[in-house]
Amino acid sequence: METTSQPAGGRPHGRLGRDVQAKIGHQLRAMYDDVVKEGVPERFVELLKRLDNKDVKGPKS
Amino acid sequence: MTLDPSVRDAVLAAVPSLRAFAISLCGNVDRADDLVQETLLRALANIDSFEPGSNMPAWLFTILRNLFRSEYRKRRREVEDADGSYAQTLKSQPEQVGHVEFQEFRTALAKLPADQREALILVGASGFSYEEAAEICGCAVGTIKSRVNRARARLADTLSIESMEDFGPDVATRAILAGSTSR
Repeated sequence: METTSQPAGGRPHGRLGRDVQAKIGHQLRAMYDDVVKEGVPERFVELLKRLDNKDVKGPKS
Repeated sequence: MTLDPSVRDAVLAAVPSLRAFAISLCGNVDRADDLVQETLLRALANIDSFEPGSNMPAWLFTILRNLFRSEYRKRRREVEDADGSYAQTLKSQPEQVGHVEFQEFRTALAKLPADQREALILVGASGFSYEEAAEICGCAVGTIKSRVNRARARLADTLSIESMEDFGPDVATRAILAGSTSR
């Protein structure tokens, strides 16, 4: 895992810089966490409850 | 079938992140939730193939990703659409997915090739390691790394124009102009 190097002729730190990269990372996580914060919608809690009670005979793949 | 409570809890615990991943893949909450539901059904029907103690989130993400991919391929066959309609979908539904403030970012994300988008999200947002992401996507670790790098570079390119105005150091000025006080 120590090879996190940028590609040899890479640009990420050149033209665009860490600053922009950090902002991208931040936006990405903010967008994602926005959804995560909503927690588990009731429909999925219900679904699991239902599946838990009865025999699940879904199509095995 | 009675689910082992610990398995059930592990599945439920992964749902919020699964949804976030699904939404960022398909850009539509309803479709994403259907995808999550399908994933859970598939997972529980095959729960025997889950090794107790192994990585539940990674297992579920793999299933979801595969389901999405097969659906995506189907859709693609129907409408060959380089980048267009997906981005279009997002544009026409600005309120669909949370805050409008992410709209620009979301649109830029939508323009990325699917491979790069999923790699970036798995590593940059879901918090998987490169190794885990590689497993989820069924490819080499090096491939994930290069996809993530390319995705970042491309996003930066797309957003760099905006970044001068919107992400610049000048947030304070913007706030004053917008008449908004500190939050």
